[in-house]
Amino acid sequence: MSLRLKAAGLYKSYNGKTVIADCSFVLQEGRTYALMGPNGCGKSTLLRICALIEEPDQGEITYLSGDVAVQKDMALRRRITLVLPRIGAFNTSVFKNVAYGLQVRGLPRDAIRNKVLEALDMVGLGHKKGQNALTLSSGETQRLGIARAMVIEPEILFLDEPTASIDRKNSEIIEGIIQGMKKEGRSMVVITTHDMTQAERLADVLMVMDEGKIKENLRRVSEAP
Amino acid sequence: MNSFFEGISKAVALIFNLDAELLQIILLSLRVSGSALMIATILAVPTAGLLGLKRFHGRGAVISVLNTFMGLPPVVVGLFVYLLLSRSGPMGFLALLYSPTAMIIAQIILSYPIVASLCHTAIVSVDPIVKQASMVLGATPFQVSLTVINEARYGIMSAVIAGFGRVTAEVGAVMMVGGNIAGFTRVMTTTIALETDKGNFELALALGIILLALSLAINLVLRVVQKKGNLRAET
Repeated sequence: MSLRLKAAGLYKSYNGKTVIADCSFVLQEGRTYALMGPNGCGKSTLLRICALIEEPDQGEITYLSGDVAVQKDMALRRRITLVLPRIGAFNTSVFKNVAYGLQVRGLPRDAIRNKVLEALDMVGLGHKKGQNALTLSSGETQRLGIARAMVIEPEILFLDEPTASIDRKNSEIIEGIIQGMKKEGRSMVVITTHDMTQAERLADVLMVMDEGKIKENLRRVSEAP
Repeated sequence: MNSFFEGISKAVALIFNLDAELLQIILLSLRVSGSALMIATILAVPTAGLLGLKRFHGRGAVISVLNTFMGLPPVVVGLFVYLLLSRSGPMGFLALLYSPTAMIIAQIILSYPIVASLCHTAIVSVDPIVKQASMVLGATPFQVSLTVINEARYGIMSAVIAGFGRVTAEVGAVMMVGGNIAGFTRVMTTTIALETDKGNFELALALGIILLALSLAINLVLRVVQKKGNLRAET
């Protein structure tokens, strides 16, 4: 059963500066959300908390399968992923970067190879599979980040400004992939962006964040599938 | 001046004729230093990983001690190992003094702080984003640690090469605990010291040339490794 996410009363501070304050929301399965807000309003922190790589100071994130809370263990962490703004490419080939998520899950070599090649073709990096990932352009690097996430077929995909600081062509490729996921309706996608038109193109639900919390004016852009 | 050039030409002849004594000394040097370095690296990488990736009480003190011991005087290490392995010492019953094993122990003590400290620096220099990327891709904490260490591999290789440079050039400790016994514990550096004392410059010069060539090779490898490791900084 697909995952839903419930956040209740989240707080997070860094060095005495509150970044997330009394933040509560629910994210439904299969929908695409766009999280918008000014720089420093806490979007990235919120995504890291949702992706379980950071703990809130207060409050709780609950993942639900149906109405049952899912235990926050390694198995749950492997059902979700986050594409960071700087993807953190490993100093190895493009192929091995994409294979990483499958290797840590212990998949057999043949299955890894097939899935990786498929993911690389999807993001248009098939011809660069042997190249060192650190030598890719910024747009290609961002596409690599998407491929690394897509290959593990997450049930929830968080994308932190995936098209910031890349050219239009690369941005369109990434948007195309997100649109494809949306059509399939298998994964929940949460994307942070500063681009309102992009948010409207991609998202079912627009969430506006300010001063560490989701503002009440949540707006349905289109009906969820 | 003439004897100098004569010495050089005889030394070159010794090298190209693959003199048996010379070869035996070189092989023993490489065996002792290689073994010591391998053991030191096996001990140093986990130490560096622990210091670089975990926070625990006394961590700062351990790092300070390692940094201090990077400059350990070889003769002090030699004295320490000598006292440890001498017949009246706590490990005298092993009868290891004046053996290649004693020399390996001394070189482990000399190289471990260097390799561990430089490996620690390499690991903490890995961009923190790598750790986060590893986590979000579903790695367990242990897999995350291995990934960070793997990302530091060029720095770790540099550390190992630096350690190798240190032990191959070292003379004091191996002389004290090895005894410089011909055909048994005589290595390049101790032979150079001995043959120079005896006025037998050909062998000393031949070994000096080989040590220099080794040092040059180490530096060339180090350069290549560092260039590869700098890829992240350049992009």
